[in-house]
Amino acid sequence: MQSWGRLPTAPQEGARISFRGDPLPSTDGRSMLPRGLGRSYGDVCLNDQGRLLLSRPLDRFIAFDPDNGLLRCEAGVSLAEILAFAVPRGWFLPVTPGTKFVTVGGAIANDVHGKNHHRVGSFGAHVRALELLRSDGTRIFCSATENADWFGATIGGLGLTGFITTAELQLRRVTAATMDVTTVRFSRLSEFFELSRACDATHEYTVAWLDCFAREGNLGRGLFMRANHAEGDPQRLSSERVRHPRVSVPFAPPISAVNPLTSRAFNALYYPLSRVGERRQHYEPYFYPLDGVGNWNRMYGPRGFYQYQCVVSSPEAIRELLDVVAKSGAASFLNVLKAFGDRASPGWLSFPRAGYTLALDFPNRGGDTLRLFDTLDRIVLTDGGALYPAKDARMSGALFRQAYPRWHDLERMRDPNFSSNLWRRVTRE
Amino acid sequence: MQKVLIIGATSAIAEATARCFAAEGATLHLVARNAQRLDAIAADLRVRGAPQVSVGILDVDNLAAHAVTLDTAEQALAGGIDVALVAHGTLPDQSACSASTEISLREFHTNAVTTIALLNALAQRFERQGRGTIAVISSVAGDRGRQSNFLYGSAKAAVSTFAAGLRNRLFARGVHVMTVKPGFVDTPMTAQFKKGALWASPQQVGESIHAGIAKRRDVLYVPGFWRLIMLIIVSVPEFVFKRLKL
Repeated sequence: MQSWGRLPTAPQEGARISFRGDPLPSTDGRSMLPRGLGRSYGDVCLNDQGRLLLSRPLDRFIAFDPDNGLLRCEAGVSLAEILAFAVPRGWFLPVTPGTKFVTVGGAIANDVHGKNHHRVGSFGAHVRALELLRSDGTRIFCSATENADWFGATIGGLGLTGFITTAELQLRRVTAATMDVTTVRFSRLSEFFELSRACDATHEYTVAWLDCFAREGNLGRGLFMRANHAEGDPQRLSSERVRHPRVSVPFAPPISAVNPLTSRAFNALYYPLSRVGERRQHYEPYFYPLDGVGNWNRMYGPRGFYQYQCVVSSPEAIRELLDVVAKSGAASFLNVLKAFGDRASPGWLSFPRAGYTLALDFPNRGGDTLRLFDTLDRIVLTDGGALYPAKDARMSGALFRQAYPRWHDLERMRDPNFSSNLWRRVTRE
Repeated sequence: MQKVLIIGATSAIAEATARCFAAEGATLHLVARNAQRLDAIAADLRVRGAPQVSVGILDVDNLAAHAVTLDTAEQALAGGIDVALVAHGTLPDQSACSASTEISLREFHTNAVTTIALLNALAQRFERQGRGTIAVISSVAGDRGRQSNFLYGSAKAAVSTFAAGLRNRLFARGVHVMTVKPGFVDTPMTAQFKKGALWASPQQVGESIHAGIAKRRDVLYVPGFWRLIMLIIVSVPEFVFKRLKL
């Protein structure tokens, strides 16, 4: 078992949790860590010398109210399974990340966000309640009003407060399975900020792709994508299916297929060749283009890859970050920029906060890559921003502790028998 | 809509099969040992579309309790049982069985005697109603004895042979009997094994069983390639086979 970034890691041992009423396996003196579908990129879902509690068998629904969209389910249910169930009934996820292959428990523990953060906040803002199973066997039912401190510690709590067994989610209504999407080209970074300001008021979903090889006058050029759920006839929802092409990367090539050459080519071609304008498309290719390619992370070869995702408060910091990346010649393949809103999450260690989030993918080229990240870190640190633990495999403890000042509170609430590679790394002095 | 009885309903394969029936709007009656686990599964099936799901508690090793359990099931599924799936079982440790006759016989009891008892009792009831399908989960392990798990294999061989005879007897009465022979399935029962390319998911197996029942298949290997693998294994002459490490 590895994490999604496929960086080299120690062998991991897992124990399946099949029924929510069963006790957790005994600790044998080793630490435990819940793990869902393993889509986090770095070491937040790894626990060397410990044991992973595999939540995927907990994939049962508990109750669904078709009138108000409240869904109770076990924590191992994937977002894909919720969509398959809910969309034909006229309901959609309130927040979805860029892959539907994550579990509800993982979405809560990492307090994931989506392209509608500026409107509705993070995933955790739509969790009504959850149940936590501690290693001593106690079960804690928590919500914003009941055991609120456990609720706040667990949302964005990186799986450390205990094992989430069940959760109650507030879904959002849809009348169609399709999206009305508009793609606009912008030729410099300042245009992104203008577009973002204008469109965040009119569109539920906004995000931009950047050409990270563009420099100087063209720095920060890219494609701005804005979308709303289409309006349709709810009666037709159950018959709206998509034939999503599914291919898979069968094995990792001996060297990364993503390198400065291919990234430059992709970035250079994607900007001018992308289809701009309006179109209506099914939610699957809109939200999850990469889910159509199974094991796409293998493209980065045997050494794996890093994703660098930060949030900063100022447009200037974004400009500085892009400038450093463009000058480094490093090969970020997919570069995503989005404005976050100011809706607070109930989670104490939630990553999203008002500002701009930038996500960059880099093949693991050892020291060169890490040195670039150190330079980027300094910009984030000066800005007072944060890195996203779900994507991280290397941030310094100092940066983490500045960005997440409530880490002490989480440490206090942490299950004494739970730990992770990431937690040991960033809390070490 | 169909009325479905599942015995051993907390097994991963049974649960996956039950979800297929629930999505079609079937009424279900689930039987297993653990009430809490049954309730979790029943709630899930209701959300997925089953209008009514009832549960019954039974330790199959207690043969005396079988009749009451089946009576209760018949009452819960008033109007006749369309499908009965017998899915309970364990995976005995062969070395423990070889070391202990007591363990061997206990495991044989759970995996063969109780299954045959339930099949026989179900057959009587299905014969009276003159319709329906009885499906039983056997295993590819029952096709030939191998040193690594022949206690399990011999129990499943007994089940397969019994089911074949029952299929033959009930054919003329309008009742269908389907033998399911899964290969390696990634379930809690096989959690300690290393998984390779031959392994199937419980979902895959459940969907095949559900489809197989609809098509009234006789012997269902799941996944289908196991029919070929077992054909080869069964064809190896005994003087060669006994020398193999399987």
